[in-house]
Amino acid sequence: MSTQMLTVEKLCASYGAAQILYDIGLEVGRGEVVALMGRNGAGKTTTMKAVMGLMTQSTGSIVFDGHDVSGRQPYEIARLGLGFVPEDRRIFSDLTVLENLDIGRQPPRKFSDGVAAPVWTEQKLLALFPNLGEMPHRPGGRMSGGEQQMLTIARTLMGNPLLILLDEPSEGVAPVIVEMIANTIVELKKAGVSILLSEQNVHFAELVSDRAYVLEKGQLRWNGTMAELADNIDIQRAYLTV
Amino acid sequence: MNLNAFVFQAVNGLSSASGLFLVAVGLSLIFGVTRIVNIAHGSLYMLGTYIAYSVATKLGGALGFWGGIVLTAILVGILGAIIEVLLLRRIYRAPELFQLLATFALVLVFNDAALWIWGPEDLLGPRAPGLTGSIELLGRRLPTYDIFLIVVGPAVLLLLHMALSKTRFGRLMRAATQDREMVGALGVNQAMLFTGVFALGAMLAGLGGALQIAREPATLTTDLNVIGDAFVVVVVGGMGSITGAYVAAVLIAEVKALCIALGIVDFGLFTVNFSKMTLVAEFLVMAIVLITRPYGLLGREQGAVRSVAEPEEPLRPATTATKIGGLIVLFVLIAMPLIAQGSPYTLVLGIDVLIAILFAASLHFIMGPGGMHSFGHAAYFGLGAYGAALLVKWFAAPMGVALAAAPLVALMGALLFGWFAVRLSGVYLAMLTLAFAQIVWAAVFQWETLTGGSNGVLGVWPSAPFESRPAFYYLTLALAALGVFLIRRFLFAPFGYAMRAGRDSPLRAEAIGLDVKRIHWLAFAIAGCICGVAGGLFAFAKGSISPETIAVSRSIDGLVMVLLGGLQTLSGPIVGASVFAVLQDSVMRSTEYWRALLGGVILLLVLAFPAGIVGGLAKLFARRKAAS
Ligand SMILES: Nc1ncnc2c1ncn2[C@@H]1O[C@H](COP(=O)(O)OP(=O)(O)OP(=O)(O)O)[C@@H](O)[C@H]1O
Ligand SMILES: [Mg+2]
Repeated sequence: MSTQMLTVEKLCASYGAAQILYDIGLEVGRGEVVALMGRNGAGKTTTMKAVMGLMTQSTGSIVFDGHDVSGRQPYEIARLGLGFVPEDRRIFSDLTVLENLDIGRQPPRKFSDGVAAPVWTEQKLLALFPNLGEMPHRPGGRMSGGEQQMLTIARTLMGNPLLILLDEPSEGVAPVIVEMIANTIVELKKAGVSILLSEQNVHFAELVSDRAYVLEKGQLRWNGTMAELADNIDIQRAYLTV
Repeated sequence: MNLNAFVFQAVNGLSSASGLFLVAVGLSLIFGVTRIVNIAHGSLYMLGTYIAYSVATKLGGALGFWGGIVLTAILVGILGAIIEVLLLRRIYRAPELFQLLATFALVLVFNDAALWIWGPEDLLGPRAPGLTGSIELLGRRLPTYDIFLIVVGPAVLLLLHMALSKTRFGRLMRAATQDREMVGALGVNQAMLFTGVFALGAMLAGLGGALQIAREPATLTTDLNVIGDAFVVVVVGGMGSITGAYVAAVLIAEVKALCIALGIVDFGLFTVNFSKMTLVAEFLVMAIVLITRPYGLLGREQGAVRSVAEPEEPLRPATTATKIGGLIVLFVLIAMPLIAQGSPYTLVLGIDVLIAILFAASLHFIMGPGGMHSFGHAAYFGLGAYGAALLVKWFAAPMGVALAAAPLVALMGALLFGWFAVRLSGVYLAMLTLAFAQIVWAAVFQWETLTGGSNGVLGVWPSAPFESRPAFYYLTLALAALGVFLIRRFLFAPFGYAMRAGRDSPLRAEAIGLDVKRIHWLAFAIAGCICGVAGGLFAFAKGSISPETIAVSRSIDGLVMVLLGGLQTLSGPIVGASVFAVLQDSVMRSTEYWRALLGGVILLLVLAFPAGIVGGLAKLFARRKAAS
């Protein structure tokens, strides 16, 4: 990959007195899908939150699409085109599907080289996720886990992101929906959108990712192509859920 | 009671409900989005009454009145936006209690600003042009303006509902009420949202105030009266729920109307004047709702705001240096009557300061280590003070007996109220404790035959051997020192550790076998008991006690003292109480506008020392140490 969308260097983060991340460095190229792998508590979510500006205590350099975003407010980072899909979904339960989508709305945007990023509308998203299309007026609090997972992805897409931080999208949802999410990722990749995906096991990551980073106890243990990781049983045994 | 009178009062209640709703709904919306309890909301309402009065009288006519109402709402809305941008925006990351303190400082500032601009007299506005008549209802006259007000409430409710669902700003507000961090991560600038919601809430309060000028005069006591009512409505209706705010406003207004309609009822053995029970009834309703539905009628549990504050430092046993420092202070205090022989006033102030220390230290005990933010500590002060004073009044009890009774009376109150309070947490606990304190206050105020009502109890002077000022000073010093010492002992005993464990992680504490509720209940009782001593001493120090001295402002004074000193140090409340008492005393004597000055000082302190005075200094030293 020639153009870097995201470059993270020496990222450290803490909750209170507990340091969680130690000198994380990673890169995501344009149109690339990169998996951030590790077991429960390895620090995947914390890494994403720190990139998104959601960790109050973090240091290091984060460059997104040519902008230094370390220390910036989450809304400023989001407005540069970084999308965040949280693992706990954080759907607004009082708001309907359409209203949830509206909260995520941002103007169309371009990559720094002037190429237009894909533009998402409610219609497109409801077509992409037909389950949501069937319940546009249902409050978010009265949807199944899988439907909420689709909604949270769709809500982030409403911001027309250049890169998406996708935190464990396959966790606890039915196989059909996992498949739908995998297809979406592939579609997004085709449209030039980059994705940093967190995952615990290789099976889903293998379907969609180009490269992988492996985390353990807040430190980077391994990185390489997804194919290499899929073949490397030792690394998988040591750091992942097999 | 006759039925007609009741129906008439019920209709009347509906028109009061509208005003109550307007101010409460703004408070509720602001809390929902920003999680700030804006104590200054009643002040915005009060400013609304004054501004509308001025416009209506200066401009005159229908334009002056009706145009004035619209103009007032806009002006107060702008004021709300300014408050948010200049003050609150700087303290969103400060602990919740600091935000309360800051908005309380605004109450003081606005009250004096109104005094300065409009003077101390009540100002009665003109009657509403076009709505000066009245209709006949059940043999009584009901002003048409009241009917107009009855319609205003539901109309505003409907408009707000539409705005919240049909506009993007409204949708953002609803989303932010649930999870404002996520709203930010989706690219929404929270600062704009917060300013907007503050402006909206302030505008509604200003509108509510402006609409009142045709019914009631503008007065300087409106701010705290209205905020008290508004809290009750918001808590009963459920924080953040606008329909809940309306339902609760109607409920509260109707309960009051019912009390007035009932009037004096003869129960055979005794008679009760219900029309004097409106305050008790109001807070009783709130207490019942909080106990049975802790999140209000239509509210739901608020997602905890993800903590952004730095972790709390654990309490540390006193170092040798602290102990020596404490002893030096104690010696100076003991020598005080000798040092201050020339100025007898020093001892008067000294007694005030010592009582304040005891009051603040007992409040700190449950607030800091206990994590229970009581907004009604005045209740136990009042129970102690009245317990002692009434014994003197009715049984001519000697001071020793009366002073011994003070903590016992307070202890009983604290055991009763605490049992309910520890079942709640956060803002809800704060509001329930406030409700209990208001019940005590209202009972004292309205039960004239026993307590002397607003005149209070007079002639409570110390008896031998403590009649002389220095002797009473030593007694106060001894009791204050004992109280502070006892609190320290409790905190570093297993009980104190259990109490803090219960504060920091109730679930884990329960898991290791601690009965967190019971421990916090006991702590509440201990704090009440010690506070009762302060109340008893106060009665004897002043020679009298009146409802005014145990009103909500005393609870707030206590909060200010504790927060000034800082929550997480044991010397905090002592320093905070001393600074506050001396400041209040010297400021009060030097200017008519002491409230504004005090408010200004509090604002400066909040902005400069978000960890309290002692906490701030401790941090400064820690940084020095780390640097060297
Ligand atoms: N709010 C928090 N406060 C304190 N510690 C936290 C908090 N959130 C996470 N941690 C700790 O940070 C570490 C990393 O957690 P993180 O959520 O980043 O892991 P993860 O790799 O996303 O795990 P999972 O697969 O379970 O989502 C864990 O040890 C966790 O206990
Ligand atoms: Mg995670």
